[in-house]
Amino acid sequence: MQTPGHLTPAYSPQAAERLASMADVTASDAALRRFLHGLPGVDAVGLEGRAATLGTRSIKTTAKAYAIDLAISMIDLTTLEGADTPGKVRALCAKGVNPDPTDRTAPKVAAICVYPDMVKTAKEALDGSGIHVASVATAFPAGRAALPVKLADTADAVAAGADEIDMVIDRGAFLSGRYLQVFEEIKAVKAACARPDGTAAHLKVIFENGELATYDNIRRVSWLSMLAGADFIKTSTGKVAVNATPPNTLLMLEAVRDFRDATGVQVGVKPAGGIRTTKDAIKYLVMVNETLGAEWLTPEWFRFGASSLLNDLLMQRQKLSTGRYSGPDYVTVD
Amino acid sequence: MSESRLGVFKTYKLFVGGKFPRSESGRVYEVTDPKGNWLANAPLASRKDARDAVVAARKAFGGWSGATAYNRGQILYRIAEMLEGRREQFVREVAEAEGLSRSKAAAVVDAAVDRWVWYAGWTDKIGQIAGAANPVAGPYFNLSTTEPTGVVAVLAPQESSFLGLVSVLAPVIATGNTAVVVTSERSPLPALSLGEVLATSDLPGGVVNVLSGKAAEMGPHLAAHGDVNAIDLTGADAELATALETAAADNLKRVLRPRDEDWSAEPGTDRLLAFLETKTVWHPIGV
Repeated sequence: MQTPGHLTPAYSPQAAERLASMADVTASDAALRRFLHGLPGVDAVGLEGRAATLGTRSIKTTAKAYAIDLAISMIDLTTLEGADTPGKVRALCAKGVNPDPTDRTAPKVAAICVYPDMVKTAKEALDGSGIHVASVATAFPAGRAALPVKLADTADAVAAGADEIDMVIDRGAFLSGRYLQVFEEIKAVKAACARPDGTAAHLKVIFENGELATYDNIRRVSWLSMLAGADFIKTSTGKVAVNATPPNTLLMLEAVRDFRDATGVQVGVKPAGGIRTTKDAIKYLVMVNETLGAEWLTPEWFRFGASSLLNDLLMQRQKLSTGRYSGPDYVTVD
Repeated sequence: MSESRLGVFKTYKLFVGGKFPRSESGRVYEVTDPKGNWLANAPLASRKDARDAVVAARKAFGGWSGATAYNRGQILYRIAEMLEGRREQFVREVAEAEGLSRSKAAAVVDAAVDRWVWYAGWTDKIGQIAGAANPVAGPYFNLSTTEPTGVVAVLAPQESSFLGLVSVLAPVIATGNTAVVVTSERSPLPALSLGEVLATSDLPGGVVNVLSGKAAEMGPHLAAHGDVNAIDLTGADAELATALETAAADNLKRVLRPRDEDWSAEPGTDRLLAFLETKTVWHPIGV
């Protein structure tokens, strides 16, 4: 048994034991509802004020260089389009391995995020690079499919070699108050992430904050997902009008912090969608550091779901290393 | 009552991306007439203002270069119309800025208005002058057409703060380029007021960005900037021009060197052609 206060990663067997100690709150729909509605209400004005204040920190020179490299190494470089081709996925993988061909000191990204049918292509392209393949699953982005379909989708991606699964929750069920159904579904998908050799793909749970309507709901769904065994919680699919915002990400970071204090289990956070500039990315890193601390400032526990962000980070990196402003002509178009 | 009324001073601001921001740095400097009397405080733009201006100019480039030459001509003519309507203001500002008599300042402003009209007429004609149907030994149409260079940084003349500025700016945008203009350091006020005219002339935001301040401060960053395609060094002194040309060579910018120019003379097409690229296409002749 580990000492209290020591952090257990969400994907370790010990975490499952610790979560089992919370089994009473998830024993029935009524118990889960009582627990989630018993969470303190969110002070919306305070939350937005805090997020805005943290966004005003000035990060310059060496600290900025560090933040840029850290942010690059945290990117889940994403292509989730109907028009994705194997060629496009391979090109994206090549960019992930070597983001700036003019400067080999640029770090590689954390993962390449694709649809399940592209996992095999991405896996082959990334062979030996150490970059993970993340696959969206469970009828992304709407999540409107029967559970067996979602599980098959997940198992398929895992069998094709996905290291990480990004699932979407059933927002319809959550908003109509069927919390236990959402909970059981996450547990079932987590089970489907298991590989025959006993290991498992890491599970990221996407909330789609833009569809959850209130901050209270975001706090509730954060706890619900973490109780169900999420390794990461992720703001959004990037497919709706409102995606990651500083306040809703800060709220999730706070939920992760409170969950750590309550259970000792460490869960990661991934804001996705709408983060396009270096300035934005650095604001998120400041929030992570101030809310959760430096243990979370690694790609293992914090990710950016992004595509165009990488180019801006690279241009800023070039500016820092050469002293000259760079431009879009000096990064790849993808 | 009227004797006790307090005057309303104008806050001169930059013109970037169709908006009127203060300098990001918060700095201003005192602008005086040639005799040293205070006229106003002008923003002292920083390298970050220049960076933001380049971003705005790049964003505007697609729309402006893609607009028809006819449409660009209409908008340039509209600028002349708007300027004519504010003639009195510009006569006063130019007279104060350059220490000219009222009648001489009026002649300068009239010449500036006429310059917009001159370049408005050229927008849909320069292609005929600079383009060609080339004779080739094969069954092809071979056509050379003009294309705008891209984002052009312009260091406006230091002495002729208004007519000179219009004379270097108008040809840049007439052909579909977008511009980041650094005004005369000593007399930036007419140029900053020109921003207000541009903003009300259907000119898309970001096509012209006006920065007041030191050419020596912003010039090196604009010359070395990877997303600026050309630089006009008219407002740089000899030493600065050499340094900027060196910096611009590193990223293969098109450079227009400073030279002696008479702003009141008919401008010709030199400045129109300075920031144009030639695209040549081979098209098979069908049956």
